[in-house]
Amino acid sequence: MSVASTTPVDGIGLGRAVSVRSRRLRLLPYALLAPSLLFLALFTYLPVARVAVESLYDKPHGTGAAVTFVGFGNYTKVFADPAFRQAALNNLIYAVGVLLPTLVLALAFALAVQRSTRLSAVLRTVFFFPSLVPLVAAASLFFFIFLPGVGLLDYYLGKLGIHGPNWLGDSDIALWSVIGLTVWKNAGYYMLFYIAGLQNVPRDAVEAAMIDGANAWQRLRFVILPALAPTTAFVTVIALIQLLTSVDHVIVLTRGGPSNATNLLLYYIFQSAHENFDYGKAAAATLISVAILLAISFGSLRIMERGARGHG
Amino acid sequence: MARLEKRLWPAIATALLCAVAFLWASPFLWTLVASFRPEGAGSADMASLLPDLHPTLANFRTALESGSFGLYYVNTLIVVAGVLAVQCVTVSLAGYAFARLSFPGRDLLFYAFLLQLMLVPPALIVPNLRTVVDLGLYDSLPGVMAPYFASAFGTFLMRQTFLSLPRDFEEAAAIDGAPWWAIIWYVLLPMAKPGLIAFAIVSITAHWNEFLWPLMVISSPANHTLTIGLAAFTMGAESGKEWGVLAAGTLLVMAPLAVAFIAFQRRFVDSFVFSGVKG
Repeated sequence: MSVASTTPVDGIGLGRAVSVRSRRLRLLPYALLAPSLLFLALFTYLPVARVAVESLYDKPHGTGAAVTFVGFGNYTKVFADPAFRQAALNNLIYAVGVLLPTLVLALAFALAVQRSTRLSAVLRTVFFFPSLVPLVAAASLFFFIFLPGVGLLDYYLGKLGIHGPNWLGDSDIALWSVIGLTVWKNAGYYMLFYIAGLQNVPRDAVEAAMIDGANAWQRLRFVILPALAPTTAFVTVIALIQLLTSVDHVIVLTRGGPSNATNLLLYYIFQSAHENFDYGKAAAATLISVAILLAISFGSLRIMERGARGHG
Repeated sequence: MARLEKRLWPAIATALLCAVAFLWASPFLWTLVASFRPEGAGSADMASLLPDLHPTLANFRTALESGSFGLYYVNTLIVVAGVLAVQCVTVSLAGYAFARLSFPGRDLLFYAFLLQLMLVPPALIVPNLRTVVDLGLYDSLPGVMAPYFASAFGTFLMRQTFLSLPRDFEEAAAIDGAPWWAIIWYVLLPMAKPGLIAFAIVSITAHWNEFLWPLMVISSPANHTLTIGLAAFTMGAESGKEWGVLAAGTLLVMAPLAVAFIAFQRRFVDSFVFSGVKG
């Protein structure tokens, strides 16, 4: 039985007033959704259509020249651009390079602090705290940490007699420095999901494994990890979306450099539009990244469904 | 021997864990120490984590004076509050429609909402900037807020919250002839407060910390938000003298959320766990 106002009475034979009222009630759900749909249309659906169309045109910036139809010309230009290829490759290395250590650390932290002692509570706060601060603030801190010679890292490495590399200035190292920052920033956030996931691991299965003589590593490998598979799949998806759509630290720390070593897809888009004013290229690159985001989301939906079915 | 080992291992594990935690906290420890360190301490030892014996507030004064941090605080507060106020209306209405009403196309529309969780606004900065220009909102705070007025996550969260509430109260109110808006406002929302608070925490954190989109929309310094101010500040810092000031500026940006987090830790953690369970 639902609320009276939500089940419009059939208007037949009840007079005009009731039929007007029932029509109004039939429209009510759409009226309630309208404000949200308006903004979703303006800033989520139409932009995709807009870049799809505009990526087919070339619009020279500031010359007043007419817009010309170039077909897939912008895509050819983007794929032929060494900076784009570098950004795509960097983003792949960055995504894998952040994801794996983040997952391992998040699980390790969760296992270490899951008990409700006072020390665990303090450690949970310490590990989670980086995910609460702005990425820009994290970048500001790491700007100093990575500073050659006098920065936090080199200062203490120096006390150990180690001479660190130029963390952000060396094109072989810079991307890994950015990866390190991101691991530090994100691990504690995903730890929360593993703490929640660990509460759903069947306790009797763990105890049964213990009675069967499984050691800690075997319990983790054969009982806990399989039970956490949905958490891992879920964290992987939100992490991948996040790793494709946030470049605040790149903007502040390296501006994609040195020589594109830390250029990522979104930074490439930002640069094309905001600094080089090549709108067609930016639109084409945006649509490529939209396609990747949708592929990750829908791919993961299917994998998760299959996983759910597999587990009965 | 075996007994000693049994007591030794947990101790080693705990020590190791505390060492990792110290490493994790060291960037913040440095920020705290460096921001209170007097300027004359010399830039060679700027990285030391040992607190100075004569703490000073000079760095904070310099940071507040050199960047217009007061203005940035106001602008950030306007953005955060404006986004949240509009979102509360849009997500409550849409959440109610999806939780309580049945209508043709409901499932399809629900999936259309969820699309925003995949096509997150940062991915669409380029076309959205054009839209904002077309709407005449370029270089204005409403232009920063507009893409966030609809929230798929908020709608989903409010739908779940409404679904978990008993229907008895609404039915009683409906029998008494209460219209739909009175049912939402007087009956459902008071019971849905935990859901709204969880959503508010996630929304406030996200928009307080946001950088790329405001950076694209805002051009005049009078409209800068805290993150833009801090980024300009960081990129402008070059000489060794300014590290204490930079640390102070970073602390000023992080402090409000950090204080709120420490005061309401349980609520923050629960909200963030829910923010992930959105897909």
